[in-house]
Amino acid sequence: MKAWNTWERVLLGLLVLLIVVFGISQPGFLSPYAMADSTFNFSEKGVLALALALLIVTGEIDLSIAAILALCSLAMGFAMRAGAGSAGMVAAAVATGAMAGFLNGWLVTRYRLPSIVVTIGTLSLYRGLAMVALGDQAMSGYPEAFSILGNGYLADLFGPAWLIVPIEFAILLLCAGGVGVVLHRTVLGRRLYAIGANPVASRFSGIEVDRYRLGLFVFSGLMAALAALMLTGRIGSTRPNIAMGWELDAITMVILGGVAIEGGRGSIVGTMLAVLLLGLFTFAMGMANVSGIVMSMIVGVLLIVAMVLPRLRSSFAIFRSRAGT
Amino acid sequence: MKQLLQARREWLLLAIIGVIALAVGARAPVFLSWRNGMDIANDSAILAILVMGQMGVLLTRGIDLSVASNLALTGMVCALVGRAMPGVPIGVLLLLALAVGAALGSLNGWLITRFDLPPIVVTLGTLSAFRGAIFVASKGAWISDQDIHVAIKGLPREQWLGLPALVWFALVVLVVWAVFLKLRREGRELYALGGNPHAAQYVGIPVKSRLMLVYTLSGMLAGLAGLLWVGRYSIAYTELASGYELTVVAACVIGGVSIGGGVGSVLGAALGVLFIGVVNGALPVIQVSPFWQQAIAGAVILISVMVNARAERRGGRLILERVDMKGRAA
Repeated sequence: MKAWNTWERVLLGLLVLLIVVFGISQPGFLSPYAMADSTFNFSEKGVLALALALLIVTGEIDLSIAAILALCSLAMGFAMRAGAGSAGMVAAAVATGAMAGFLNGWLVTRYRLPSIVVTIGTLSLYRGLAMVALGDQAMSGYPEAFSILGNGYLADLFGPAWLIVPIEFAILLLCAGGVGVVLHRTVLGRRLYAIGANPVASRFSGIEVDRYRLGLFVFSGLMAALAALMLTGRIGSTRPNIAMGWELDAITMVILGGVAIEGGRGSIVGTMLAVLLLGLFTFAMGMANVSGIVMSMIVGVLLIVAMVLPRLRSSFAIFRSRAGT
Repeated sequence: MKQLLQARREWLLLAIIGVIALAVGARAPVFLSWRNGMDIANDSAILAILVMGQMGVLLTRGIDLSVASNLALTGMVCALVGRAMPGVPIGVLLLLALAVGAALGSLNGWLITRFDLPPIVVTLGTLSAFRGAIFVASKGAWISDQDIHVAIKGLPREQWLGLPALVWFALVVLVVWAVFLKLRREGRELYALGGNPHAAQYVGIPVKSRLMLVYTLSGMLAGLAGLLWVGRYSIAYTELASGYELTVVAACVIGGVSIGGGVGSVLGAALGVLFIGVVNGALPVIQVSPFWQQAIAGAVILISVMVNARAERRGGRLILERVDMKGRAA
């Protein structure tokens, strides 16, 4: 599977267009500081989108990913209340994420259930547990280290003051690099495409389909834990409704990135371009004082247009070839 | 055999609902009073209407995630029209709600059939698009009690033959839908289509127009539910019923409607609605924090799909399953 294809070129073109248009119309948009700060708003969602991209390529989906994020954030808070240090809190979040992801994967593989049903169920379950555990309370007072993780810049860590890349964005880029190499350059990645294209044929050709599925659900739980560390650090508090509805935003990023919802097609380059495109678009619209809900409307329309355009072109191509013969 | 399993499943669900109701009633007798029953029925009526639409979509292997946004948008349109024209009769508003809802639903259907797009993605997109359209239509303002048209507010408070109007609406939808699915050719074709879309095409079922039909119907019922919702709670705002689509799908799944298509009955889906209604009604009565609602719903979805897992397996897939198991043993 090529990582750099027609759709990725289209996305890159759109991204350049967006930067040019808003760079001209919105003074201050192109300032490096504004650009750097804009990444705070989508870095966590990008991390979720990477995990979802792998799952969707494999023909599965995880709607509970944002609810897992909430549970992990809760686990951090309870670990802190129990007197754990930063390392203990990280361990609590990671363990929670892995367990929640494992439950998803176990239900999908052991009972052969469609992942969309399982994760609608666990979405309710995990979010519900977060509400039961915390009610209408909030937890805050996290250690300084998390605040740096969520709000700091690389300059805070390494010294040179010109390094204004936020730590969160650096983490997102690192994850994207890792996931991209695995998906596009390793046997494991090829197998994920194969499973997504035809799970039965993959099983016949000796791929342990269920083992990979289970692994991916655990991975998605771990990525949710990572996003929970970043988000909790950034906003400094935990509420049961933290990251509510983010699963749909992340899925939108993945689909706009050209990953086919039925599995077997898509790339991490496309996903990351869509993350940047949507993130910068939202930021620019925010600068232009457009309300959040209108932005989500535009994103919804974009999602549909992104799906319709390639099909229009291909049906036009069929029409032309028919006319030609 | 499958029929038997399905039937047994419905009795089981009914028995569970009965046990819950009796157990809660034993602790708090007020739960079994007529008045409380009507409260639960009223709360469940709107959900039941939405579930019937969603069920049709699920039967064809699709999913309609935009129902809650459709509901809110139609509700807002009706509230706005009601405010602008105080003299408009309720019949016109009802027709308006049905028409707006059907138009939004047919937009989903058109995108799905014309461009051959996956329903989950299309309705995910229209979920956001409709929600934003409410904001644009209302300019972000709330329409509160005093601005809601009197007839819209009055409708859910009517009583006909001792039953609330909402319950009558739900019953009519249920009966018409059950007759349609059981006795009409188009209804049977929906099951065939969901069971095997390719075979359905070959035996001459007009797949696209049937898909158009279910999405339009789902939208139309969501529109009706929108008018009733706005009347019942006498308020319309942008975030109205936000996230309710998952409750609708949950009720379907609990009621035994398969996400994989082709399996499900009106009775089962109605029991799924009743289950959610009874659990939500019972929690405050036995002084369990309402925060448990969502967690319980989630657990019940998981348990019911696990119970269903066997029944949902289709004959055609058996060969592959067996081969897969052999592969496992090796």
